Amino acid sequence: MIRQFTESEFLFILASARWTLLLTVMAMLLGGLLGFLVALARTSHLAPLRVLAAGWIGLIQGVPVLMLLFLSYYGLSLAGFDLPPLIAATVSMALYASGYLGEIWRGSIQAVPWQQWEASSALAFSRPQQYRYIILPQAVRIAIPPTVGFLVQLVKNTSIVSIIGVVELARAGNLVNNATFQPFKVFGTVAAIYFIICWPISLLARRLEGRLHARRAG
Amino acid sequence: MGFQFQFQPVLARTDVLLDGLWLTLQLSGIGILFGALLGILLAMLRGLAGRPVRLLVDSYVEVVRNTPFLVQLLIIFFGVPTLGIRLSAEQAALSAIVLNLGAYATEIVRAGIESVHKSQIEAGLSLAMTRWQVFRHVVLAPALARVWPALSSQFVLMMLSTSVCSFISVQELSAQAANIESDTFRSFEVYILVTLIYLALAILLRLLLAGLGAVLFPTGSGLGRLRGQTGR
Repeated sequence: MIRQFTESEFLFILASARWTLLLTVMAMLLGGLLGFLVALARTSHLAPLRVLAAGWIGLIQGVPVLMLLFLSYYGLSLAGFDLPPLIAATVSMALYASGYLGEIWRGSIQAVPWQQWEASSALAFSRPQQYRYIILPQAVRIAIPPTVGFLVQLVKNTSIVSIIGVVELARAGNLVNNATFQPFKVFGTVAAIYFIICWPISLLARRLEGRLHARRAG
Repeated sequence: MGFQFQFQPVLARTDVLLDGLWLTLQLSGIGILFGALLGILLAMLRGLAGRPVRLLVDSYVEVVRNTPFLVQLLIIFFGVPTLGIRLSAEQAALSAIVLNLGAYATEIVRAGIESVHKSQIEAGLSLAMTRWQVFRHVVLAPALARVWPALSSQFVLMMLSTSVCSFISVQELSAQAANIESDTFRSFEVYILVTLIYLALAILLRLLLAGLGAVLFPTGSGLGRLRGQTGR
């Protein structure tokens, strides 16, 4: 029986957006934590840590998100964890985010003028103190616009986890389309919801970037 | 728990992987070529044509950049045939790739074009260059030289995104990996191997694009000095 694309189908799709949002938030938190460590390692004065972090970034940025998803999905089950797909999805999205955020934040840390390091070490700051009081407060301001910009990529890439059966936006669209055969209406709705989530974030990122440039020029 | 890696059953199907690899290369190569051309064309059009065209191009860019590639792919694959146009999965995939990359490339090239100072164009015109010559040599070439690294990263991202085309049963590398997985049940081994293949592809593509950049915008020439320079 072919169903019509009615209000209930629309509400089903709309409600599935909560999983997209939840995945994004969890991946951002976990990936942010890991990415922060990657950025610190990447800017460390210990060469092995730098190499390791550079390797991690190169790996994550050099493989498809889909492969990260499959490796997390099958890897976790091989390791003996019998976990719901949502966990594998979160893990893969967090790994993906860590590679990109690590690189963005490395750039932000290195964008702080090196005299700031010199001046603070001349004032007998220890290295953790330098990070805590001098470098990171300045790096955070530089990092905010590109980080917000990356959030859009993250929201969009959560669509890929639909393949392991997490019913987020894209998968909800697929299910409804299979029942109604109205692809333009269904996927148009799905695309519109993604757009309503992503566009404001994109605009915010652009505005923040403009403001940062203005402040530094002034 | 005694999990043993067994790569032999997977390696026995190298021919299947090679088939997939070939399709991935084709999708990426053709997609990147036409996506880049579309981007350059639209960025040009946006600069030359009037307000309505600019609005149209900008809307296209914003819509594509703020929706997932997967959803774009599904709209084309399921939607276009309902309009009475027959479309194979490969054709749908290629269209989605070109349209997706086209939008990103438009945005990148536009930024490059806008970074060319007005006085450069005036200087070109005062040297009796035609408008086309000015656009070709004074605006476009330096713009592309400036944004080449950004374009290159976008090309690599697009190559990696072709893996998403397996969702609509295009038999590229990751789809073939899934086929082998369902034959051999060696899921982890297959995906490790295929992940490494993608990694190698990404590294090779980056090298290739860096080489192409060095040829197109040779060091020592004016364009070479602009390469990757984003400041105004």
